[in-house]
Amino acid sequence: MNTRSVGPNRRRNEIIWNAVAWIVLLALALPAFWIITTAFRPNSEVNTFPPVWIPQRLTLEAYANMFGLNPEVQQRVAVEAYLRNSLIAASVSTIVAVSLGTLAAYAFARFRFRFHTPLFLGIMLSRAVPGVALSLPLFLLLNRAGLINNVFGLAFVYVAINIPFTAWLMDGFFRQIPQELTESAYIDGCGHWSAFWRIELPLSLPGLATAAIFAFLAAWNEFQIVSVLARNNAAKTFPPGLFAFTEQFTVDWRGMAAMSVIMMVPAVIFVILVQRNLVSGLTFGAVKG
Amino acid sequence: MIVNLARKPKDDAPVAAASSNRLAAGTFPYVLILPSIVVILLVIGFPLIYSLYVSFTPYDLLRPNSLNFTFAKALRNYEKLLNDAIFWRALGNTIIFLAVSVNLSYLLSLALSQLLARVTLGQSLLRTLLMVPMMFAPILVGMQFRWFFNASVGLVNNFLYSIGLMQTQGQIAWLVDVPLGMFSIIVASVWMNIPVLTIILLAGTLSLPTETFEAAEVDGASGWQKFRFITFPLLAPFSYIALTIMSLDIARAFDIVRIMTDGGPAHRTELLWTYITRLSIENTKFGLGSAMSWITVFLSVLFTLYFFRQLVRARIVR
Repeated sequence: MNTRSVGPNRRRNEIIWNAVAWIVLLALALPAFWIITTAFRPNSEVNTFPPVWIPQRLTLEAYANMFGLNPEVQQRVAVEAYLRNSLIAASVSTIVAVSLGTLAAYAFARFRFRFHTPLFLGIMLSRAVPGVALSLPLFLLLNRAGLINNVFGLAFVYVAINIPFTAWLMDGFFRQIPQELTESAYIDGCGHWSAFWRIELPLSLPGLATAAIFAFLAAWNEFQIVSVLARNNAAKTFPPGLFAFTEQFTVDWRGMAAMSVIMMVPAVIFVILVQRNLVSGLTFGAVKG
Repeated sequence: MIVNLARKPKDDAPVAAASSNRLAAGTFPYVLILPSIVVILLVIGFPLIYSLYVSFTPYDLLRPNSLNFTFAKALRNYEKLLNDAIFWRALGNTIIFLAVSVNLSYLLSLALSQLLARVTLGQSLLRTLLMVPMMFAPILVGMQFRWFFNASVGLVNNFLYSIGLMQTQGQIAWLVDVPLGMFSIIVASVWMNIPVLTIILLAGTLSLPTETFEAAEVDGASGWQKFRFITFPLLAPFSYIALTIMSLDIARAFDIVRIMTDGGPAHRTELLWTYITRLSIENTKFGLGSAMSWITVFLSVLFTLYFFRQLVRARIVR
């Protein structure tokens, strides 16, 4: 720690720092808390004025409506379709993108070759292309190929979008493996391929998990491209699905909150599992002794 | 949850040395990279070139014959955009939005990271709270703030009413008035950007060498001087990593704006990305939309390239 306040103010400063930090972070997290409680409140409490701040009653009504368990609600949201499409698009694209991106990252981290930097930069810059700009030509091209409203067409697009970040993360993780290990594998007669498979890939498993979850989330949360490529429920995922709760003048805020909670589940798992690895992968090269 | 962001600098010392002596290995690295390049060319490279072609035609989705290229009319779309007041407005809004949002996100995250580095009570719980906005997809961030800033049932107005600052329901139209609409979408994007930036800056702060600070203390440096002349300059590589990541994802702001205001009312919060959607998806003018797409691609790549170069330079200098 780099904080050594000198003098008698030290104790007082510490209390102030702690108090300010807690207030700021509670305020930062408050909106999420509000969304989650709203999903479990009766509509009469959500849409009233003057507002009801403290939940009086908790209910699963919003979920009953969403999954069609409430006979009074006729027009319901195709949540099963969104769930299925989100899962397929996110998992298929994650598996492929992480496999390909890891191979590329290994090349960048371990070998010296011509066009090393331009190729790496090119891959990274492909990630900078805004989804909105990409969605127009993709719509025209996939339309010709008959892949509009096709969840596998969507997954293929997400593969390309997820490769750059995977390559960046894994490049960082591979560089953290001491090269002596690989060298001793070569001495023992391993080729490049078996050194990669037997030594370096197993050692970078935490990184692989981080990259996989990051890719999964990127696809799970993507909106710009899917909103153009999926025109009906055959390929719509959760993000465009949220619009099912909005009509021209009214919005079902509680329904949206309820679906948000479902959408957040993978992200919560992500935050719990891999946050630490993410930081060390991203900041590699900046930390030096 | 145990969150250990503090990586001991000495763990990384051998790595830094190793990275400078990479192996030379014939075609093997190209074989490893090839599949990624092929996929990226297919999904990103080729469509972008196709979109460049479309941008030189008067293509309208409802008139399939209009997708034909003539030299005489090639630059018609770009001319139209340059003479389109709404395009300039969207460009201006985008610049304001990005300038304010990026700077504000960075400054707040820097302050928050310095705050968190000094916390002694409940560190790991605080870091979990910091992650909370990361659980939200950008579209959810937009949805949430659209609701919070809603004039009649929104959290913000309700709160102002409850504490007596507002007399009637729906007095402030956050998403409608100038400049409150812009303010609202900036608040939403800053909320979304803070966690990742703060985590990276905090990791950086915790990895700084202690000796430097001890020496500065012996010389009688104040807290602010230590931050200004030691922490801040030494954090440069971390700042650029954070800003590079943010610049890669900057277009996510589209999701927020699309659901919060959809560029409206009357183009008050129109950004380049929402205007592209309006022109091409809603008005089916794919040629014009493609021309505008190319302008945003150019700007985004330039933006990212700038931070990437700074990042590489910051790594080498140290």
